[in-house]
Amino acid sequence: MKSNKQIINDVLLDAAAQDKNIVVLFSDSRGSASMNSFAEKFPAQVVEVGIAEQNLVSIAAGLASCGKKSFAVSPAAFLSARSMEQVKVDVAYSNTNVKLIGISGGISYGGIGATHHATNDIAAMASIHGLRVYFPSDNFLTEKLIRALLKDDLPAYVRVGRNPVENIYRGDENFQLDKAMTICDGSDVTIISCGELVQNAVAASEILRGKNISARVIDMYCLKPLDKEIIIKAARETKKIITVEEHSPFGGLGSMIAQVTAANYPTKVLNLSLPDAPVIPGEPDEVFKYYGLDAAGIADSAEKFLGGN
Amino acid sequence: MNLKRKACEIRKVIVEMIYRAQFGHVGGALSATEILVDLYYKQMNVAPEKVSDPDRDRFILSKGHAVEALYAVLADRNFIPREDLLTYSQFGSPYMCHPTNKIVGIEMNTGSLGHGLSVGVGMALAAKMDKKIFRVYVVLGDGEMAEGSVWEAITAGGHYKLDNLTAIVDRNRLQMSGSTEDVMTQDSQEIRWAAFGWNVISIDGNDLDAVDAAITLAKKTSGKPTVVIANTIKGKGVSFMENRAEWHHKVPNAEQFKIAMAELEAAL
Ligand SMILES: [Mg+2]
Repeated sequence: MKSNKQIINDVLLDAAAQDKNIVVLFSDSRGSASMNSFAEKFPAQVVEVGIAEQNLVSIAAGLASCGKKSFAVSPAAFLSARSMEQVKVDVAYSNTNVKLIGISGGISYGGIGATHHATNDIAAMASIHGLRVYFPSDNFLTEKLIRALLKDDLPAYVRVGRNPVENIYRGDENFQLDKAMTICDGSDVTIISCGELVQNAVAASEILRGKNISARVIDMYCLKPLDKEIIIKAARETKKIITVEEHSPFGGLGSMIAQVTAANYPTKVLNLSLPDAPVIPGEPDEVFKYYGLDAAGIADSAEKFLGGN
Repeated sequence: MNLKRKACEIRKVIVEMIYRAQFGHVGGALSATEILVDLYYKQMNVAPEKVSDPDRDRFILSKGHAVEALYAVLADRNFIPREDLLTYSQFGSPYMCHPTNKIVGIEMNTGSLGHGLSVGVGMALAAKMDKKIFRVYVVLGDGEMAEGSVWEAITAGGHYKLDNLTAIVDRNRLQMSGSTEDVMTQDSQEIRWAAFGWNVISIDGNDLDAVDAAITLAKKTSGKPTVVIANTIKGKGVSFMENRAEWHHKVPNAEQFKIAMAELEAAL
């Protein structure tokens, strides 16, 4: 089992061998990013900036404006907040080919604490015009996504977690950039998730199936541009929608989906997220369980939600 | 070409642009005029037909609010049509009060202070990686030196010994609220930059020959980046604007405009 950040390292290792313009920038983060092997193999394609995330992003933009394909890799907590203005101005507004890779996102760092948690990054990054936002769920999707992003020259923010993740996909599924993935079909309720909580959403759908509740599960890895069609279809075809995200309750996946349903096909939407508070210290699995974001918690919420009006 | 005369002409265009629009940052545009004139007419390898040439020199106006000076120079050098300047600051015009790279000849969007030197470090690193000989010039304001991110860039420039990077600080000793020394001490710029591994050249930044000599020296310096501390006069060329903080972004009235243009005309 590998983490998604390791997959990014592997894809870039592979791609950099053929493309000298790929440049990876670190803010003393190569170890945290599981990218020591990239740094060792392609030292001429690495820029270390030290612990200076603002500089990281602006330098990445300067390199990109001269034809480089910049990958700025830093913990999501700092990349999405400390350097937000550099992302806004030098990456998005100046339209430079910078791929912002937020590693150890959400509450991956667990007990290290809220300073290191990135739980506002959908809200922050998606609100910047011209910036795409992606939260891939497993290794397969991470690889497909990074390979697709290597082919374009537009800015994007990608958040991955710190820990190894289970495979969700078999590996032969059809991937199309900016089209969400339907993992399993269902008719009673749709669970839409993104990032590494997708695996809990899938497990929840299995629990629900045992209780004769048919849950559709959608992997909305593409938060911006959001796949609106698949949301409207789900609103039409299933009774209710549940969103599950490793993010604050404000301005994240749930808010975005409710915005689409409200305008197009009003449907009840239940948003399961982290609280509007520093999360309880603990390993991610313990924290998810505490907030009802584990499989049992999601299934339980779904059952209650479907039982109500 | 008589560049001293050119600087006077550029100043007239700046003052006219701001008077017509009734908006602009006149003081800082006038203080930086010689810096831009020397770079655009003498030192930089840039031209309208070379705006996409990978070997062109790169210029970043990190103190983006002095954009009127940049527009005036770009129009005079035919990067942009001269009549476009009439739309400066007008509804819907791309000629906003801070630079964007939608304008031909402008590399990066600036306006929020403290970004330009970091971007310049990235450009200079790209040149080193590709073994290209283009050079990167970044003009900063002295008030801007209070932004912490500038010091991240200065650290990296020194660390990577970017001798293809030249920073120019428009040291006019004023910012919006008054003297830089009262707002937040900026003295000893020379010592500060030198401590971070930069080659430091301190000059009269409104003396074209001094600016030109400093840029020439920067080009000849290897193994470290160069900063030119350009000691300038804010509002240079218009007597009642010179060294007056309120002319950071005050707009001349009809009478003041007439006097300003007459003074600049007389200096031609
Ligand atoms: Mg100043």
